[in-house]
Amino acid sequence: MRIENGSRWGDQRIEQMIGRLLAFGLALAASVVLIGAAVYLFRHGGEKPDYRVFRGEPADLRTIPGILGDARQLSGRGIIQLGLLLLLATPVARVALSIFAFAAQRDTLYVMVTLVVLTLLLYSIVGGYL
Amino acid sequence: MNVAELVALVWLGSIAAGLVGALSGLGGGIVVIPMLTLLFGVDIRYAAGAALISVIATSSGAASAYVREGYSNLRVGMFLEMATTVGAIVGATLAAYLPGSTIAVIFGFVLLASAAFSGHAGHEPSGDEPPDPIAGRLRLDASYPTQAGPQAYRVRGVPAGFAMMLVAGTLSGLLGIGSGALKVLALDWAMRLPFKVSTTTSNFMIGVTAAASAGVYLNRGYIDPGLAMPVMLGVLVGSLAGARLLTRLEATALRRVFVLVIVVLGIEMIFEGLSGRIGS
Repeated sequence: MRIENGSRWGDQRIEQMIGRLLAFGLALAASVVLIGAAVYLFRHGGEKPDYRVFRGEPADLRTIPGILGDARQLSGRGIIQLGLLLLLATPVARVALSIFAFAAQRDTLYVMVTLVVLTLLLYSIVGGYL
Repeated sequence: MNVAELVALVWLGSIAAGLVGALSGLGGGIVVIPMLTLLFGVDIRYAAGAALISVIATSSGAASAYVREGYSNLRVGMFLEMATTVGAIVGATLAAYLPGSTIAVIFGFVLLASAAFSGHAGHEPSGDEPPDPIAGRLRLDASYPTQAGPQAYRVRGVPAGFAMMLVAGTLSGLLGIGSGALKVLALDWAMRLPFKVSTTTSNFMIGVTAAASAGVYLNRGYIDPGLAMPVMLGVLVGSLAGARLLTRLEATALRRVFVLVIVVLGIEMIFEGLSGRIGS
């Protein structure tokens, strides 16, 4: 009988890798957010916040190049946004790793399925919307 | 109130929201949005953006613990992700065109529905169900570890599950939540996965769905770093503590109290949305 998915040695090893990747990605993202938070609160802690009216974020905090530019200038909000971007990347990395898991099993159907999901994710993050 | 005070209060509130989310089984994101809008008067779009970020953090945090136990069904999850990511992109785009008050009312009804289904017990597979042709062709059947050794199970209801996942994805993108309750319902009730497999697979899917929605939110300027930062850090602490508490307490009575909190929040959101106090 064919051994079902989820119980194979190869699967188990890749799942452990994925688990470590998620824990690492989360820890990294949270640390960057914390550093940004310190800078942001130190510089802007005394200002008056206003979230009652929606204005939308400035253009530089909406795109990957903009966020990278802000973070490089050590802007607190830019560094936080970079941490959030890293957080966003952890599920994407998980999907990308799954491609290898399915490829190792020569499962072409699920390599395709996973590629579709990865494309949709990247489309959304890189800036496409309908 | 200045920025530092707001960050501190939102952080503390998000810890509480994460706790309630974990103990009620509905997730922190769904509690954090009413907290931000009702308590702090935050615009619902900023609230949704911050909540989505916390949903991704919670999903990754829980998954790093779950993944080693080998319960989740990666094929089922990935196949259905095609539906949830498309739904998420559609929902997040839709959020830009609907008034905040409408979103608040829909959110309230989703809260009520989630609370209604949260007591749902789940089932265990008997292992002798007949094979389903679609699930067979997609190789979705699998086994999961139990105390008596690996237990095989068969998947069915693929079209129904796929359709429910489209809805779950759309709601996730529209409201900024993980749609965990609906995902578990689709996996457990429509597709007949064992309950443990449903919850872990759903957790994996929640992170990917939320990332798809969050991409659109980021491009539309819904994700404010000053707000998302305390929400993410707070919900993460609260939900990890809540998950640890859950394993220690026999939590049925406690769970009922928290589900009641969710019901009250749902009614409040509908009321505030209808009266135009949210997102006018």
